[in-house]
Amino acid sequence: MGEKAEMIRVEKLNKSFGDLHVLKDIDLEVNESDVVVLIGASGSGKSTLLRCMNFLEIKNSGNVIIEGETIDPKNNDLNKVRQRVGMVFQHFNLFPHKSVLDNVIEAPLTVKKLKRADAVKEGKELLAKVGLADKADVYPNKLSGGQKQRVAIARSLAMKPDIMLFDEPTSALDPELVGEVLSTMKSLAKEGMTMVVVTHEMGFAREVGDWVVYMHDGRIVEKGHPNDIFNEPKEQRTQDFLSSIL
Amino acid sequence: MPTFGHFIETLLNSYPVFFEGLWLTIRVTFVSVLIAVFIGLFFALFKISQSKILNWIANIYIAVIRGTPLIVQIFIFYFGLTEFNIPKFWAASIGLALHNGAYIAEIFRGSIQSIDKGQMEAGRSLGMSHTLAMRRIILPQAFRRALPPLGNQFIIGLKDSSLAAFIALPELFSVATTQGARTFDEMTYLLIVAVYYLVLVLIFTLLVNLLEKRLSASD
Repeated sequence: MGEKAEMIRVEKLNKSFGDLHVLKDIDLEVNESDVVVLIGASGSGKSTLLRCMNFLEIKNSGNVIIEGETIDPKNNDLNKVRQRVGMVFQHFNLFPHKSVLDNVIEAPLTVKKLKRADAVKEGKELLAKVGLADKADVYPNKLSGGQKQRVAIARSLAMKPDIMLFDEPTSALDPELVGEVLSTMKSLAKEGMTMVVVTHEMGFAREVGDWVVYMHDGRIVEKGHPNDIFNEPKEQRTQDFLSSIL
Repeated sequence: MPTFGHFIETLLNSYPVFFEGLWLTIRVTFVSVLIAVFIGLFFALFKISQSKILNWIANIYIAVIRGTPLIVQIFIFYFGLTEFNIPKFWAASIGLALHNGAYIAEIFRGSIQSIDKGQMEAGRSLGMSHTLAMRRIILPQAFRRALPPLGNQFIIGLKDSSLAAFIALPELFSVATTQGARTFDEMTYLLIVAVYYLVLVLIFTLLVNLLEKRLSASD
C-alpha cells in the first residue's frame, strides 16, 4: 500500500454529543483509489466518523488530515475542503425546487463560478454517466429512490471531488432499487475514485471493498481485507456481528 | 335599513366617489406588505441566527409590536412624530409595515425551520457557504412554504389598512364614513364599503391560489 498517496488520515479522533461519547480514539487511513467500507450496528459511530471527514461534524479532539493537510475547522476554509470531499446521503437530500440538471450544476455555477454552458455540458455528461440523461429537466419528485440517489451521486461528482463519502446510500431504498445505485458506485470505484462507504450491504463490501472496517461502540474493532474479515474475522465481536446479519 | 334596491343603486352610482379611496387602500396595502416582507425576512434571519444579540433584537421587536395595538402604532407614527412631518400615506404604510413585519418574521422563521436539515447539509457538502446555501437552497423553499400564511397576512393587512381612516387618510373606509355622514345614509355606505373589501379579498385569494398552484409544480 505504501506507494499510494494518502487521501484521508484520522488520528486519535474523539467526538461526543453532550454526554454521549460517540467516537473513541479512532485511527484510520484511506489511500488513493481505496474503497473503505465501514460496517457495524446502528449507533456504532460509523456515520459520525464519516461526517467528521467532511466536517459536517466537528471533532472534539484528534486530527482529520485531508490529502496531507491537517484541517483545523477554525482556521481552514471548510467550504474549500468540502469541494474535495463529496458526500452522498441516505435520504438523497436533492433540492426539490430545482430540476435534476439544476441540482447537478448548482454548486459548479455558484461555488466554482463555472460558465453556464460549461456547467450544463459537464452536468449532462454526468447524468449520462449515471444513466439518467433523459431525466435532466424532470423535478426530483418524479424520480424513484434509486434514480434520486444516482442524481445525488452525479451532483456530488460535479464538483470533481478527490474523495467520495457515502452515508448509507441504499438504506432508504426499496430492495429492488438497491442494485442500480450499487452498480453506479461500483463503476465509480473501478475508475479509481477514493471512497468511504457506510453500508449494510455486505455483498457490496465483499465485492467492491478494498478494506472493511468493523466498528462497535465508537471504536474500530477490526480492519482488514474483505475476504479476511468475512471468512476469518479475528475478533469475537466481529464474528458475532457478522453471524447476526449474514 | 336601506332597501335592497336602494343599496344596489347607491353601490353602482357611488363608484366615482369610492374610486380614489379604493386606489389608496390598494397602494397602502401593497407598499406596506412589501416593506413588511423585507422586515419580516430580516428579523426571521435575526431570530434563527447564532448571535444572541440578533436573537434579542428580533425578540424585542416582535414582542413590542405584537404586544401593542396597531391603532396605537399608527398614531405614534402620525401624531407622535409630528416634528418629522411624516405624510399620512407613509405614517400609515410604515405603521402597517412594522406591524405586519413582526407577524411575517414569525411566518418566515417557521417556514425556514421547517425545511429539512439535510438540505443545508447537502449544500454545505458541495462547498457552499452557509449564506449561499441559505440564499440558493433554503430560502426559495421556505418562501414557497410561507406563501399560504403570507397570503393570509396580506388579507389581514388589507383590512387593517382601514385603521388609517383614523389619521384621516382618505382610503376606502374613510370615504364610506365621510359619505355616510354627508348623506345621513351611514348603513348604505358601510354595506357598500364592506362589499369593496370582500371583493378585494376574494380577488386576492384567487391570485394567491393561482400562484401557489404554479409554484407547486415541483412538489
